[in-house]
Amino acid sequence: MRLIKKPLFNIVNNHLIDYPTPINIHYAWNFGFLSAMCLIIQIVTGIFLAMHYTPHVDLAFISVEHIMRDVNFGWLLRYIHANGASMFFIVVYIHIFRGLYYGSYAAPRQFVWVIGVIILLLMIITAFIGYVLPWGQMSLWGATVITNLVSAVPLVGDSIVAWLWGGFSVDNATLNRFFSLHYLLPFVIAAASLVHLAALHQEGSGNPLGIDASSDKVPMYPYFIVKDLLGIVAFIIFFSFFVYFSPNLLGHPDNYIEANPMVTPAHIVPEWYFLPFYAILRSIPHKLGGVICMIFAIVVLALLPWIHSTEIRSSRFRPIYRGLYWSMAACCLILGWIGGMPVEDPYIIIGQIASVYYFLYFLVILPLLGSLEKFLLSYKIN
Amino acid sequence: METPDYVTPLETGYKDDYHNAPHFNTRGDPTKRAFTYLVLGSSKFIAASAARVLILKLIYTMSASADVLAKGSVEVELGSIPLGESATIKWRGKPVFIRHRTPDEITLAAKDDQAELRDPQLDSERSVKPEWLVLLGVCTHLGCVPIANAGDYHGWFCPCHGSHYDVSGRIRKGPAPLNLEVPTYSFIEDDTKLLLGGETQR
Ligand code: HEM
Ligand code: FES
Repeated sequence: MRLIKKPLFNIVNNHLIDYPTPINIHYAWNFGFLSAMCLIIQIVTGIFLAMHYTPHVDLAFISVEHIMRDVNFGWLLRYIHANGASMFFIVVYIHIFRGLYYGSYAAPRQFVWVIGVIILLLMIITAFIGYVLPWGQMSLWGATVITNLVSAVPLVGDSIVAWLWGGFSVDNATLNRFFSLHYLLPFVIAAASLVHLAALHQEGSGNPLGIDASSDKVPMYPYFIVKDLLGIVAFIIFFSFFVYFSPNLLGHPDNYIEANPMVTPAHIVPEWYFLPFYAILRSIPHKLGGVICMIFAIVVLALLPWIHSTEIRSSRFRPIYRGLYWSMAACCLILGWIGGMPVEDPYIIIGQIASVYYFLYFLVILPLLGSLEKFLLSYKIN
Repeated sequence: METPDYVTPLETGYKDDYHNAPHFNTRGDPTKRAFTYLVLGSSKFIAASAARVLILKLIYTMSASADVLAKGSVEVELGSIPLGESATIKWRGKPVFIRHRTPDEITLAAKDDQAELRDPQLDSERSVKPEWLVLLGVCTHLGCVPIANAGDYHGWFCPCHGSHYDVSGRIRKGPAPLNLEVPTYSFIEDDTKLLLGGETQR
C-alpha cells in the first residue's frame, strides 16, 4: 500500500485503484475496459504468432498453415488472434454507440471522443493490414482493391499507389512492409489509449444521467474493477464460443486459397466490421467521391462534439433523439448488410438511401435537433 | 558600453543564488546579437534540412527496389497461342492478356470504333498488329483481373464491381473510368516472339 503512493506507481493508483468513479455507471460502461483487454489479447497472441510466421509471398500462406497444423496450440493462437480482431470491433462499436446514446462526446469530454475516433482509424488500418498477412485470395484482392482507392487521388494517385506497393502490384515488398506496420501500429494504439484515458480522467467519467457526478463517486477498486472483471468473464464465454466452436464463421473461405495474382475471386468482400464503410464506398457512383465519402463517414464522428446542438447529454431526457438514435443504429446495420451484397438492384438503391441518411443524420439532423428540443422545452400549453 | 540592466529576482521565478546572480540576469551585449542570430538561424536551417533529408530518404526506401524494377521484360512464344485463344502471362506481378484475334473479332473491334466510348480510342491505336491484342489484365476501376470472353461486349468482364470491356479492351459499361491499359511491347525474332516491356515498335 505504501509503494502504490510513490511516484510512477501512483499513476496506477490514481487511474485504476483510487480513481473516483460515478456510482451509477452501468454495464454499458464495461466496454472501455473490455477494449483494453482486447488490445492486450491481440498484442500478446500477435507476438507469439510472429515467432512462427514468415512474411514472404512464397511462404506466408504455408507458414500460417504450419501454425495451424504443426505449432503446439498454434491453431488456438491463430483463432484467438483472428477472432480477437472481430471481438475487438464488436466491443469498440458498442463502446462508440454507448457514447452516442449518453452524449459522452459532449463537453467537457470532446478530446476523449476525438482521440477515440483516432484509435478507431488506427484499428481499421491495423486490422486491414493484418488480414493481408495470411496471404490468401481475400488478403491479396482485398489489399489490391483498397490500396487502389488511393489511385483516385488526382494527378499523383498512381505514383502514390506504386510507392505504397513498393512495386507494380501488391507483392512481396507490400507484404513485408505490411507485416512491419502490423507489428508497430498496435503499440501506437496502446499509446493513444493511454492518452484517451488520461484525457478522460482529467474531466472524470460520464454517467447514464449525463449530469455532473462529482458529488457521488466511489473508488474504482474494488467496486468497478470487480464489475469489469465480471464483464470479462461474460466476454470470454462469448469469445470462446467463436474460437472453439465456430472459428471460421466470421472469416471468408476464399482466404484458405493461396493468393493468386492471376485470378480474382468472384466476390470480394472485406471483413464484416468494414462492411458499412464498404457499402458507402460502393454507393457513390464516382471513384474519388466514393473514397472521400467513405473516409468522411468516420471523420464525421470526430466532428460530433462541435456539430451537435444540445446541452442535455443523456438520451434518457431526449425522447426525440432516442428514436433517431435507434434509426441510426438500424442504418448502420442496413449498410453492413448491403456491403456484403453484390452490386445489383435493389441493393444499390437501398445502399444509396442508407448512405444519404447516414450523413443527413450527423450533418443536418443532429445540428438542428437542439433548437427543436429547446423550443419544445419552453413551449407552454395554453 | 551602457551598464547592463538587471532583472529583479521575482521576475525569474527562481529563488536560488545561481539564477539570481548578476551574470545570469544581465541582458547581454546588444552589439553581439547579429552574430548570435546568424549562428542560431543557420543552425536551425541545417537542422531542418537534415530532417528533410532523413524523411525523404525514408520515403524513397519504400519505392520499388532495383530487383523489382529489373524484372521489367518478359519474352512470350507466340506460336503456342492458337487463333481465337488468349494466353495470360505474368509480367511485373500482373497478368497480361495476349489475344490472338480472329478476323471476325478484328472487324467487330473496328466497328465499335464508331460506338459511344467513355475513353475514346481507335482499335488501330490499341494494337500493333490487329491479330494480336496485348492488354494489361488489370481493371482500371480498382485493380481486379477481368474474365475473358464474358460481359455484354464479347470482351472482358470484371467480377468485382461489374465493368464490361469490348473486344478491343475498351471500357463500355460499369464503374471503371479507362480502357484496359496496353503495355509497351515489340515483336522479335521474325515475329515469332513478343517482348513485353521496353519500347513499343510500330
Ligand atoms: C490492434 C491489434 C491487432 C489487430 C486488430 C490485429 C488483427 C489481425 C487480423 C485481422 C489478422 C488476420 C487473421 C487471419 O485471418 O488469419 C492478423 C494477423 C496477424 N497478426 Fe495481428 N492484429 C493486432 C495486433 C497484432 C500484433 C501486436 C502482432 C505482433 C506482431 C500481430 C501479428 C500478426 C501476425 C503474425 C498475423 C498473421 C498470422 C495470421 O494470419 O493468423 N498482430 N492480425
Ligand atoms: S475492380 Fe473491376 S469493376 Fe471494380
